[in-house]
Amino acid sequence: MSLWRYANPAEFMRVSGAALPACWALAAAALGAGLAWGFFLTPDDYQQGATVKILFLHVPAALMAINAWLMMLVASLIWFIRRHHVSALAARAAAPVGATMTVVALATGALWGQPMWGTWWVWDPRLTSFFILFVFYLGYIALWEAIDDPDKAADLTAITCVVGSVFALLSRYAVFFWSQGLHQGPSLSLDRQENVHDVFYWPLVLCIAGFVLLFVSLVLLRTRTEIRLRRMRALEAIEARG
Amino acid sequence: MTPDLGPYAGTVLGAYGVTLLLLGGLVLVSVLRAGRVRRALARLEAGRARDG
Repeated sequence: MSLWRYANPAEFMRVSGAALPACWALAAAALGAGLAWGFFLTPDDYQQGATVKILFLHVPAALMAINAWLMMLVASLIWFIRRHHVSALAARAAAPVGATMTVVALATGALWGQPMWGTWWVWDPRLTSFFILFVFYLGYIALWEAIDDPDKAADLTAITCVVGSVFALLSRYAVFFWSQGLHQGPSLSLDRQENVHDVFYWPLVLCIAGFVLLFVSLVLLRTRTEIRLRRMRALEAIEARG
Repeated sequence: MTPDLGPYAGTVLGAYGVTLLLLGGLVLVSVLRAGRVRRALARLEAGRARDG
């Protein structure tokens, strides 16, 4: 069985239609359980007090902001190489979801930073690269809206996506490149010593799973909408030709 | 049951409020748009089937 069969719009609609209810249910369950666990059942941090509860929003949102762009990059490369329309439409569908995740990460980061750092914002390497990533999201969405020819729009947005990937990766690794920033190192690591404490770790993992499932659900739903819109435009074009 | 958030109550509740508002809004907009487009396509296809 080949993965490429999902590039067929009819096959994609069939499989995604069957998978979507389960994705929504799992997303709601993981997010509900993770956030409730994190908010109600975790203790205050000895340094950060109750603000540590923002961890369960900020980290998953930041992770998805970056990974959404990387998913768009993969979809864009598939478009470049194999010219599958579903992959271009999936990249387009993911952009507003990734942009929203970026706003959530920036907003929760600012709210967290104010009491901990004494400032809402600082031009720290990670924050700055994240802000630039957000601007790329806006540019990517605007480019899709601005170009009438869908294939040309897919080509140009794919190029934007490749260029923006530099900032997506910088957002992830900026703390390793530059040590002068205020932002702390990663909350999760393969090295157990560097991880957050176990009492925060499991609800955080559950929240990350919830954000991933929410992202998948939204992208599937929005890609289905983009496929239907494309079919509508094709039918309208046929009717217009008489 | 409700945790004592102390002096950070506004900060923490604000963060949860902003997140739920943004993600809830995105889900709502996506679902409404999906329904609107699905109905419009169904109407278009029904019209074409009727007209042969």
